[in-house]
Amino acid sequence: MSEIQYRTAKNIKEAVTLMAAAKGKGYILAGGTDLLVQMKAGTREPGTIIDVKKIPEMVRITEKGGAFTIGAATPAAVIGEHPTLRKAWPGVVEAINLIGSTQVQGRASAGGNLCNASPAADSVPALVAAGCVVRVQGPEGKRDIPVEEFNVGPGKTSLKPGEIVVSLTLPKRPKNASDAYLRLIPRTEMDIAVVGVGVSLAMKGDKVVDARVGLGAVAPTVLLVDKAAKALVGSTLDDAALDAAAQACSDACKPIDDKRGTVKYRTKIAGVLLKRAAMIARDRINGIEHRGHR
Amino acid sequence: MPDGHSHPKYKWIGTRPDRPDGADKVTGRARFGADFNLPGQLVGKVLRSPHPHAIIASIDTSKAEALAGVKAVVTAKDFPEQANLIVPTGEMQVNLRDITRNVMAREKALYEGHPVAAVAATTEAVARAALALIEVRYEVLPHVIDVTDAMKPDAPVLHDHMITEGVTPAPTKASNVAKRIEFKKGDAAAGFAEAEVVIEKDYTTQAVHQGYIEPHAALASASEDGQVQVWSTTQGHFQVRGFCAKLLNLETSQIRVTPTEIGGGFGGKTVVYLEPLAIKLSQKSGRPVKMTMTREEVFRASGPAPGGNVKVRIGAKKDGRIVAAECTVEMQAGAFPGSPVGPACMCAYACYDIDNIHIVGFDVVSNRPKVAAYRAPGAPISAWAVESTLDMLALQLGMDPIDLRLKNAAKKGTKTAYGVTFNTIGLVETLEAIKNSEHYRTPPKPGHARGIAAGFWFNVGADSSAASHVGEDGSVTVISGNPDIGGSRASLALMAAEELGVDYEKVRPVIADTASIGFNFVTGGSRVTFATGLAVVNSVRDMIRELKVRAGKIWNVDPEGVIWENGMAKPAGSNVGDFEPLSLAQIAAQAGKTGGPINGHAQLNVTGAGPGFGVHCCDLSVDADTGIVTIDRYTAAQDVGTAIHPSYVEGQLQGGAVQGIGWALNEEYIYNAKGRLDNPGFLDYRMPVASDLPKIETILVEVLNPTHPYGVRGVGEVPIVPPTAAVGNAISRAIGIRMTDLPMSPPRLSEAIDEATPRMAAD
Repeated sequence: MSEIQYRTAKNIKEAVTLMAAAKGKGYILAGGTDLLVQMKAGTREPGTIIDVKKIPEMVRITEKGGAFTIGAATPAAVIGEHPTLRKAWPGVVEAINLIGSTQVQGRASAGGNLCNASPAADSVPALVAAGCVVRVQGPEGKRDIPVEEFNVGPGKTSLKPGEIVVSLTLPKRPKNASDAYLRLIPRTEMDIAVVGVGVSLAMKGDKVVDARVGLGAVAPTVLLVDKAAKALVGSTLDDAALDAAAQACSDACKPIDDKRGTVKYRTKIAGVLLKRAAMIARDRINGIEHRGHR
Repeated sequence: MPDGHSHPKYKWIGTRPDRPDGADKVTGRARFGADFNLPGQLVGKVLRSPHPHAIIASIDTSKAEALAGVKAVVTAKDFPEQANLIVPTGEMQVNLRDITRNVMAREKALYEGHPVAAVAATTEAVARAALALIEVRYEVLPHVIDVTDAMKPDAPVLHDHMITEGVTPAPTKASNVAKRIEFKKGDAAAGFAEAEVVIEKDYTTQAVHQGYIEPHAALASASEDGQVQVWSTTQGHFQVRGFCAKLLNLETSQIRVTPTEIGGGFGGKTVVYLEPLAIKLSQKSGRPVKMTMTREEVFRASGPAPGGNVKVRIGAKKDGRIVAAECTVEMQAGAFPGSPVGPACMCAYACYDIDNIHIVGFDVVSNRPKVAAYRAPGAPISAWAVESTLDMLALQLGMDPIDLRLKNAAKKGTKTAYGVTFNTIGLVETLEAIKNSEHYRTPPKPGHARGIAAGFWFNVGADSSAASHVGEDGSVTVISGNPDIGGSRASLALMAAEELGVDYEKVRPVIADTASIGFNFVTGGSRVTFATGLAVVNSVRDMIRELKVRAGKIWNVDPEGVIWENGMAKPAGSNVGDFEPLSLAQIAAQAGKTGGPINGHAQLNVTGAGPGFGVHCCDLSVDADTGIVTIDRYTAAQDVGTAIHPSYVEGQLQGGAVQGIGWALNEEYIYNAKGRLDNPGFLDYRMPVASDLPKIETILVEVLNPTHPYGVRGVGEVPIVPPTAAVGNAISRAIGIRMTDLPMSPPRLSEAIDEATPRMAAD
């Protein structure tokens, strides 16, 4: 029976040092809503648990020149209550607020959701659509990774030994821009996405001038679907453009048949959700509120 | 009747006081199965087969036994062979030869999760490490999961000696069909010849779990003198005692089982899994042993309720009168015989007065965990098929679905296909209650559709014992022996208070262990408030008899001259004498001078359980793009007899409806190609969550049971029978496609919709 070390890092440098010293057996503890469950189930056996919740810059949200930087361990509930972030990135916030239950929201973090590297992670398709950049720090210093390149497979990240995720940065928004995230679950909560779609739009008049689409739970990692975005740009979100973007999402799917959904179903739903999420993003640009979608 | 009195003639019955176990449950003080501990106890863990079907060639436990901290290891060798003997367990039948093989595999592992060994160790980590050191050599065999596959002539056979019962001449070859049963009334062929409309349809359902929140848990302590104590979360501690005595070759009096508070059972806790293992490990180690299942173990190796195939054929006249009905049910039993195919067949047409009925059932084993009872075992499966077909009939005839059922409804005097003739029943009243409800009189919202279905359950009586004691201050203890899974303590106390004429708060209901009260059959069959309630009433009456004797002694008159009224002894008439009434407390205070303690007892084999009927009404919408169903409104009506504590009766209706809705929409056991369960947890075994459902509205139809002093009927099982078809009929009307397979999950519905409509833009 091996012993588990629990260490609290006071700053990022210390966390990185502890992580490097743990020699591959180190695990970052933010909210612990994945890690503790995995330990209980016997699927993770940490040598050292490094708690990063005491590091101020990892649990705060800062706004600079219109860009938002979210500390990787910031609890989802805190993110959900941030007024300007909610206004600028309602899709990202609603996605983060779908992680787990209300109780879990008090602990769970976007950084943790990302590092757990589930293809069905709720926050990630919205972060991909948002063009989020992940700041990591390791023994060899800092680097930035586009969020769509961060995960490389189910449960696998592109972090190098000793590296930890410090923060997530969402770029400055142009005027008339908004986003939306929709997931399909058979229930209304306490479930995992069968498909998740994040759409970010910028419009000029009734025309889309910029778009990004993130697609989750249909491939080993969350996908950035350029073709879907291209189908939307320049359009008025007319049926032809939406159909083409939906088809691009369906075409991008490389899902598996499993207990959560069939290939056929997931492929279809990717397109259905793309259309619905795009309409919500447009409504938001036009000042129409949306809440409580699944 | 939210807070008021439903029965003006009663003081307590029909009121809604706090439950006696309520405060401890909301403060966390109540102790459930896993909350019991003893000094020096060990942790017991089970090694389970990873294969759905394999010969156990050998088991080497020597390395596990040698591990520091391991105090005992048991395998099937530690349990004596059992006779081929059927014993009742609630509403299911089990065979002792099979039970011993289910708690610990002998020759073969018959399902993934089947126990093959167990260890007791000083810590959980040591116990887990010990399991990893047990070397089991398996010879893996081809497996079969599905009932249809299991019935094929070339299917892998689970039990080499199993010859189908109920077939003449008897087959010469072993198969997976344990039994064929048949029920006949009238002449079905002649009935169909007379029919003007005939509808035939095939249906399937999947295995579902009872989904109790509390996993199985047991603590056992065996003493050097052979005495055994067990604390267990169970619906029947007398059954735990009985089974363990047989499985371990002990006398029942040597085993004392104390039931803990129970976090749900729904029928699934009427059997034993951990208790015999914990006792044997305790006997071998000389220490108390505690065992708890993980949720994954609960899913893989306890419960579930079966799935099945049902073929229905119904013939009717154009006016809606049903003239012939057939039904064939093929039901999963799990790894050992004993599915609830019998009740499924018996309940199939029990709601209807039909002259010509023919029902056939098959009990089929496959490489799944042995099924256990689940609320009205079997009935929801046949009701799903029959009630869906009736909806098709109503649509075809252009009849209101309630009018169609009213036209054919069973009444007092209706003879069922299984031979029983109904006494007073309330199906007609229940159908009319829905028909006259505000819900039914309001059309479904635009874009919504409505489904109606009915359901039946027998309810049972059986053996109950009870005792009542009065304390020296006049307060009363009522002792019974049925674990309380549905608010039964409150109902028993209400009946005792009513009978005695004392305040509900003066009555403390207690559930005694197996050594402290006479035998009680399991909490099952919706029997406790009815049958144990009758035992409680009789024990109180026995006590009142004694109270009258004591009052007579105080007054120096014959007991016949004393009556009991409003909690007081009074002279029966002016000829007896002029005495001030004596209260219970006054008589109790003088008990020492009038003959000692004042107690009452009753022991009964209760018959005359009143059957129950439910009618459910469901409004819903279907998202045609995603196949997601949203239930908008749901009402459950039921003939409940007298609602002793209406809140808990309503709770039973609501709970049953919710479980049935889960069964209809998302719940299913999903097996992979290797015969392993793919969704052994609440994440992927999708029971409904609170936000999935509207408040379930209830209508209590009080058609009294004439055999019970307070008119009680069982209420706990009927409400799970109608929901699958109520939901299915609404879905089928919403999308215009008849759904025949459960669950009607989003992918299934989406596929059905896509198949029925020409593909559009996407292609």
